[in-house]
Amino acid sequence: MNLNELTIEQCHKGLKEKEFSSVDLTKACLQRISDVDEKLNAFVTVTENVALKQAEEVDKKIAKGEQISPLTGIPCSLKDVFSTKGIETTACSNILKGYVPPADASTVKKLKNEGMVLLGKTNTDEFTCGTSTESSCFGPTRTPWDLERVAGGSSGGPAASIASHECIYGLGTDTGGSIRLPGAYCGIPGLKVSYGRVSRSGVISMASSLDSIGPMGKTVRDCAIILQTIAGKDVADSTTPDIEVPDYLSEIEKDVKGMTVGVPKEYFIKGLDDEIKQSVDDAVKQFEKLGMKVKEVSLPHTKYALAVYYVICPCEVSANMARYDGIRFGPGPKESADDLMDYYVKARSQGFGDELKRRIMTGTYALSSGYYDAYYLKAQKVRSLVIKDYEEAFKEVDVMVAPIAPDLPFKVGEKVDDPLKLYLVDVLTTPVSVVGIPSLAVPSGVSKDNLPIGFQIIGPRFKEERVLQVGNAYEKAIGFREKYQPTL
Amino acid sequence: MAKISEDEVKHLAKLCRLQFDDNEIKKFSRELTSILGYVSQLEEVDTDGVDPTFQVTGLTNVMRKDEVKEVCKRDELLATSPLEISRDQIKVPPVFE
Repeated sequence: MNLNELTIEQCHKGLKEKEFSSVDLTKACLQRISDVDEKLNAFVTVTENVALKQAEEVDKKIAKGEQISPLTGIPCSLKDVFSTKGIETTACSNILKGYVPPADASTVKKLKNEGMVLLGKTNTDEFTCGTSTESSCFGPTRTPWDLERVAGGSSGGPAASIASHECIYGLGTDTGGSIRLPGAYCGIPGLKVSYGRVSRSGVISMASSLDSIGPMGKTVRDCAIILQTIAGKDVADSTTPDIEVPDYLSEIEKDVKGMTVGVPKEYFIKGLDDEIKQSVDDAVKQFEKLGMKVKEVSLPHTKYALAVYYVICPCEVSANMARYDGIRFGPGPKESADDLMDYYVKARSQGFGDELKRRIMTGTYALSSGYYDAYYLKAQKVRSLVIKDYEEAFKEVDVMVAPIAPDLPFKVGEKVDDPLKLYLVDVLTTPVSVVGIPSLAVPSGVSKDNLPIGFQIIGPRFKEERVLQVGNAYEKAIGFREKYQPTL
Repeated sequence: MAKISEDEVKHLAKLCRLQFDDNEIKKFSRELTSILGYVSQLEEVDTDGVDPTFQVTGLTNVMRKDEVKEVCKRDELLATSPLEISRDQIKVPPVFE
């Protein structure tokens, strides 16, 4: 096996036992990026010199006999919305091209403290608004399982980079499904955490009551290792409650026998792809084999959750995009402006892509006087009802399982002409987002055309250890990684 | 059901500090009408007596001590602007003619 194909745990073991060095790992990943990224388009910035320097520092520490932690010296990628000091961060938007943050995001600082090796920044839909990475100013990322098809979005770059073994792990963000969908489309696990579990300080905001940061890796255990480092209260992010971070690795090895898994009937929508439905049914049978009980539950407001999301999200996006005025960051307009208003209009019209403009205008409309009550306030009330559905259901079950996407990975360009079509891809992931609870995407099998299929394990708020526990047991039982590989 | 007319798109564009050509105005009129049409199904839901949830943490007024902490140097912050810096200030185009 090539070094870049290892997991975090395998890398850590190899580094401790001096089988190979962090520089060896880094060079293997850089070689892979050089071999395949032109086809994949997962990376928007490759930081080769930074990575090798960081790896050399780690190797010096190891040579001196210093203790290393599980993430030390492991090459990773970061979605291009994580502020990285001295390294261009664009949110894959023309309006931030050339922007070099003067400080690291809190989660980046945490990873640096553990001796991270940063291979580069990965592709995303512009300001993470999308389900396919097609709205990125750098073009779409493809899934390594079929280069004609999208990697999913918005964390398509991170997902594809991990699934193709360009890196060992990555960080993504999930606001409406943006870790889970690319996880499913690229065949890797990814965790959307509870809102507030991980600090968002220094991560470019999209929708402030919905955004979450999450680990993406090759195994569920790897995701747990990453989460252990990045979770927890941060004074720089006042939406992170002071809730204890459990010892994830010991929690997730506990036996799942006797736990109850709920199957919410409203998620099995008309038009759900047959192979995806079959895959979830098979997963439920596997849970029964593991000694879990299965119970059908009902979440009656599920069908309204996408509409709730597509009101709240553009409203919050329109507020967050107001700061992009071409004054403090970004390149500004291409030509000179007559006055300040002209400057703003030119900078923003040239800098934002179509999807951003749509969301900004939708949000502005829904928040404007006369419409605020009918749209934004109404959506937040329906949100309360969706939250209540989940609270009731979790009184009867420990976790729930559901499909992630209504379709298999679609072809590049297939849905770009109709924005609503791209929104509908989110129909199964947005309910969890508006409720703010954790959900783990786990690959479950492949379609007859060898496209990956995944499902999500949903848990109550701040119970990441529970969804990871169930996901870990499932992953060990089916051995997806050993059975199936992408074609790239 | 809401229809977003071309005039409304022009008005929204002004509020959002965006400008469009005629084709874009037509396109956005269609697309915004379609999106707002989809979300208007929320009208069906009975929300009498339901409180809105603006954020799920339940936290309010998270306080910290009013201590000065340097996160970055002034020069580093000013360096990210594309405009001329003069006496530690960003020189912007005139507000009035």
